[in-house]
Amino acid sequence: MGSGSNGGAGCRPARTERAGISALWGGAPEEKMTKESPIHPLLLAIDDLHISVEGKEILKGVTLRVNAGEVHALMGPNGSGKSTLSFCLMGHPKYQVTAGTVLYKGEDIAGFLPDERAKRGMFLAFQYPTAIPGVTIANFLRAALRGVRGADVPVKEFRQTVKAQLKALGIPDSFMNRYVNDGFSGGEKKRLEILQMAVLSPALAVLDETDSGLDIDAMKTVASGINTLRSTERGILLITHYQRLLNYIKPDAVHVMVDGRIVRSGGPELALELESKGYEGFRPPLEPASVSGA
Amino acid sequence: MSTTKPQVHINEDYEKLYGFHVPEHSVFKAEPGLDEEKVKQISGMKGEPAWMLETRLRAYRYYNNKPMPVWANTELLNSIKFDDIYYYLKPTAKRGTSWEDVPPEIKETFDRLGIPEAERKFLAGVSAQYESESVYHSMRDDLQKQGVIFLDMDTGLKEHPEIIKRYFGTVIPPADNKFAALNTAVWSGGSFIYVPKGVKVEMPLQAYFRINAKNMGQFERTLIIADEGAEVTYFEGCTAPSYSSDSLHSAVVELIAMPHAKLRYVTIQNWSKNVYNLVTKRAIAYEGATVQWLDGNLGSRLTMKYPGVYLMGRGAHGEVLSVAFASDGQHQDAGAKMIHAAPDTSSVITSKSISKGTGRTSYRGLVKVYPGATNAKSTVRCDALLLNQESRSDTYPTMEIDEKRVQIGHEATVSKIGDEQLFYAMSRGLKEQEAMSMIVNGFIEPFVKELPLEYAVELNRLVQLEMEGAVG
Repeated sequence: MGSGSNGGAGCRPARTERAGISALWGGAPEEKMTKESPIHPLLLAIDDLHISVEGKEILKGVTLRVNAGEVHALMGPNGSGKSTLSFCLMGHPKYQVTAGTVLYKGEDIAGFLPDERAKRGMFLAFQYPTAIPGVTIANFLRAALRGVRGADVPVKEFRQTVKAQLKALGIPDSFMNRYVNDGFSGGEKKRLEILQMAVLSPALAVLDETDSGLDIDAMKTVASGINTLRSTERGILLITHYQRLLNYIKPDAVHVMVDGRIVRSGGPELALELESKGYEGFRPPLEPASVSGA
Repeated sequence: MSTTKPQVHINEDYEKLYGFHVPEHSVFKAEPGLDEEKVKQISGMKGEPAWMLETRLRAYRYYNNKPMPVWANTELLNSIKFDDIYYYLKPTAKRGTSWEDVPPEIKETFDRLGIPEAERKFLAGVSAQYESESVYHSMRDDLQKQGVIFLDMDTGLKEHPEIIKRYFGTVIPPADNKFAALNTAVWSGGSFIYVPKGVKVEMPLQAYFRINAKNMGQFERTLIIADEGAEVTYFEGCTAPSYSSDSLHSAVVELIAMPHAKLRYVTIQNWSKNVYNLVTKRAIAYEGATVQWLDGNLGSRLTMKYPGVYLMGRGAHGEVLSVAFASDGQHQDAGAKMIHAAPDTSSVITSKSISKGTGRTSYRGLVKVYPGATNAKSTVRCDALLLNQESRSDTYPTMEIDEKRVQIGHEATVSKIGDEQLFYAMSRGLKEQEAMSMIVNGFIEPFVKELPLEYAVELNRLVQLEMEGAVG
């Protein structure tokens, strides 16, 4: 996978100069999206991130901080670059970092494969989860848990862990014998994503439009699943197109992404403003003359 | 991601496990090449009745007159040097009913292949063929008492000439195709099975076919009859040493499932890559009968094999579930034929193929529904998985539906080993090789889950889903 024309450097910086880790870890002097309190270590620090896909620049300088214990909502119209950011955070080989850095727990993750990111506690709930026919959820999840923990998980412990989560999400036990996302309805796919998140218990969870395609009941179930997973150790980046999910999950911060940039950041009230004004009001009046770093 | 492409290992240990050969001590070996005299010689040595010699000679003429198929991989087909092939080789003077009676180097071969061990563990009967002849044969006493016949074909012809004469060549006539004609002309060995009415053989009967000599031609002939309400599972495996020169394996297998019988035929074909495997397999299923072909193809340079079921009675059911692996230089041209000739008949074809490197797989299938076969149902599904850029897969489905009230479904997919699947699994913490292995395992799962456990284990041993160049 990924031995493409770009030399296989998946979501890694094309240039090697990076800001010193300590400078960023200690709190960079530039704008702060959120307060960095000493009890909440900085989980995710994205700085001036530029990403290209097949030569086309999609992210044009994104800066974002997520602390442990916080839920950040990233909102924006279709095509604004939200999913690109989520794929890049998880190390998708198709997304080329052309400038900027991503630090996770203070570590530059540019060179890490997706499984290495997962092992460090990162998780992505996919907008369109992929089917793996012939592989049962039980086998898949057990392999995933083993991968994340770096050690085998006893069957009994695995069963107990899963059983509790299945119950919490209102998923029947028989679900575990179905093939991963194979012939699943939209709601089932999203619930499986939340189940995996719950079992793998990541430190940083990126949820890419987990609410899309769900009816109101399914969305409530998914939202309560996410709320259950809120904790002081965990950071959540909630990518969503609509405000409605935020009626059920109250974010600590809201960011609006338009055309590959975060154009506004604020509190929960920003989502309501979006609801009334639409994204049009957030588009920058004029394109900047040049793209930085070009 | 990693710069080296992950690999699925298919038959990586072939040389060690199967590719060996032992010294040749044949008691008779015909000169290479084929003519009418050789056909007579084979029949004469076997002391056959006149009708069989006539059948052979007639088939030999068909073979000579029929052109080489032009619709298949002609480049490979036309590279076979038929004049260099040994059409008959008798490895030993007598057939053993205990392994102690089998010549030591032949016994050693089957020991290495694990046949006596499997026999002890889970088989109801075993036939072991070496070159042209069966060298070992046994079946559990209780089955014998129930009237089950399980013999090699030559012994079958001697002991039950009336049954053989009645059914031989009725499912696959000598003129069916060039290679069926060749087999009918020079056949030797193979299995003859008759399961009486209502008898259910619960453990599988197994035949193992081994080629040892260079440039060998093996032409086993199998006939299985499951009488009314009978049930039987037959398993065949095969391997050969790896030589630089070609060998030819051309079998004919005829199955007859009488009303309400259940017949299951399992193949794990694992010839060495210098073997041309050109096989004709067909079944007739009468009223309420079920025939299932489970067909796994891993070995050979070129395989051409399209197991079929003629659904001749109301409610008959046919299935072909196949999986093919083609590595560098191999072409697995496999498929299925389902002929619906009665009402309420149903068929399912599931074809899974994996091409690796320059390997090539083809699905070639026919579903035919005759007028009057009302409420016939057929589902065809072929999935191909390509592991590398240069891998190739082709699908040639044919549907001839001459009845209006039918339900026919066809679905075909070709996928590259999915980057998106890999990314998804890796994002959950699976290492690249583990993710790949899981995806490939999942792909062949529909086949593996139908296999009796022991064969599933065998298949897993052959397809090592470990990857090279894995990171971490």
